[in-house]
Amino acid sequence: MDKFTQVRGVAAPLLIDNVNTDQITPVQFMRSLEPDYETALFGRWRMAAGDPFVLDRLRFKRAPILVAGSNFGCGSAREVAVWALVAHGIRCIVARSFSEVFRESTLKNGVLPICLGAADQAAFEQKVVAVDGQAAFEVDLVAQTIACPDGAFFSFNVERNERAALLEGLDDVALTLRHRALIDEREARLAAEQPWLQSAHS
Amino acid sequence: MNVDADGTMTLFEKIWAQHAVTQDDGKTLLYIDRVVVDDVRAPQVLKNIERRGLAIARPDLAVVVQDHSVPSFATHSGLGGSVFLDATRAAAHKHGLRLFDVGEAEQGISHVVMPELGLVLPGSTYVCVDSHAPTVGGTGALGLGCGSTELEHVLATQTMWVRKPRQIRIRLDGQLTAGVSAKDIILHVLGMVGLETARGAAIEFAGTMVKSLSVEGRLTICNMAVELGARTSLVAPDEVTFAWLASRAFAPKADVRQQALRVWETLRSDDEAVFDVDIAIDCSALAPQITWGTTPAQVMPITGKVPDMEDASRAGLTYMGLVGGEPLIGRKIDRVFIGSCTNARLSDLESAAVVLAGRKVAAGVKAVVVPGSRGVAREAEARGLRDIFLAAGFLWGEPGCSMCAGGGGEKVAAGERIVSTTNRNFEGRQGTGVRTHLASPATVAAAAVQGEICDPRPLMQDNLHGR
Repeated sequence: MDKFTQVRGVAAPLLIDNVNTDQITPVQFMRSLEPDYETALFGRWRMAAGDPFVLDRLRFKRAPILVAGSNFGCGSAREVAVWALVAHGIRCIVARSFSEVFRESTLKNGVLPICLGAADQAAFEQKVVAVDGQAAFEVDLVAQTIACPDGAFFSFNVERNERAALLEGLDDVALTLRHRALIDEREARLAAEQPWLQSAHS
Repeated sequence: MNVDADGTMTLFEKIWAQHAVTQDDGKTLLYIDRVVVDDVRAPQVLKNIERRGLAIARPDLAVVVQDHSVPSFATHSGLGGSVFLDATRAAAHKHGLRLFDVGEAEQGISHVVMPELGLVLPGSTYVCVDSHAPTVGGTGALGLGCGSTELEHVLATQTMWVRKPRQIRIRLDGQLTAGVSAKDIILHVLGMVGLETARGAAIEFAGTMVKSLSVEGRLTICNMAVELGARTSLVAPDEVTFAWLASRAFAPKADVRQQALRVWETLRSDDEAVFDVDIAIDCSALAPQITWGTTPAQVMPITGKVPDMEDASRAGLTYMGLVGGEPLIGRKIDRVFIGSCTNARLSDLESAAVVLAGRKVAAGVKAVVVPGSRGVAREAEARGLRDIFLAAGFLWGEPGCSMCAGGGGEKVAAGERIVSTTNRNFEGRQGTGVRTHLASPATVAAAAVQGEICDPRPLMQDNLHGR
């Protein structure tokens, strides 16, 4: 997994609530084993007539930070939604809230999900809209801060293990298998107490 | 952390405690009893397992299913043609995993076949690389959806790290009236509770209404808990569940069943268990429900009027080609679909067939029904349901997810209006520009017959009491 320490760049506002993974990666763009994730990202919105989609505006084309509404990534569990954001260069998403499965998927792909809390989030969104891609924000996972172009700082909090995994690009399976003795113990106990669970389709 | 101060536990907390391996930094490592990989994710997941040099911990507890990409009709190529089906088959064989392949007796939608075969059981933990995994909560199993990389971890370790969700109980009381079903209940719940309250939570559905439902109805209710944003959902297993399990192919039999029953009977929330949120919804006067917008929570009684929106929800109305204040009854439709992990079980087809018997699909309406599994299809055929659908003019498809996620090969044109038994009315979900109304199998069947959105109750009454 890619390591994440800090990211500096423009922040693209997508201040809509309940953006679902069908919108992030429409299934019509996923009909091959190796789809073009970059094209798929928000594919239908980007192909629609009218004003260009925010990530297609020149100043946001390389935006590594996406600023989103509440319940971001809801709906289907498809991880391709995160892969498509990564293909576009998104490394950090600041949202009012995330769908839990989507949030877990960002962490597995070296993308930092941030929730600032209601008051800070509103203030941060205002700055992002006002700056309008004309200056860079800096997200620092070590200090757990976002630095704004005007010098203001916002603090966020990522749980210790999640932060360590992002900072060091750790292998999730290797980390878990350090608990192998405990896993075996739990398995043996379930096998004794509920043996029918230990044979699925034999 | 699993026990309330006075030692009482919720049903969720009991299953959680029985499967907790260890805790660290806000997350618990849960032992997983059943793992399912579907055909959209299996090729990549199993390739990565190989690339990372991982071993599958318990291949005997895993199942690979073909559902999302199955062509509904021989003339269709399905999602991505046979590419996903072929790659999934090859990967399952290579890794020695049990595969329910197209054409085989057990094949079907993951969350339909796993309960149907007794492969998920009360008190078991179930992970599928699909958001609708919590469907199995209808049997008292703890289902968790996840992404592809997470599933690699589950296959390699037989565990998953999970943040303990908040505990929410939704009590549904009252008795169903004719023409109203589990789908109407959960749509009503979505309308009442919205998308914020239950996000990330574990929901237990309780109350007299839930107790009176069949296991299939409970599966429908738990299926759409994820649309509320819930991490998982459960119904406490009871006599209804135990009776239903007796005939499941892989459920414990004889002495083992007796032993299992002693455990299953303990799977209920303690009387004094504390929930973070307790919600009570009276469903006694419930009318059939239908969605009007582009989230499953934008729902109304079929006899009602589309609300007049002034905020961002208006975008949903515009997409749906509707204006506030108008009724939906009488609105012309182009298609109907009966199927998906929400409503493709035998009782769903039965309920639609009550409306369809002796009737024809209206001219100009294309009607598709896709059973959720081969098992459902076989039983529906044996009971004459398939004949009723065919006589009415429905197309009868091969078991799979079909038109729920724009798969199955059916091409729907932009602007077409479809009444569908599926779980998501998102923009573009069933095709670019396609307008989806979610409803029950009976409501969908009634719309097919009338060629417009209508209340299914009069049609059902006529057929039940003779015309």
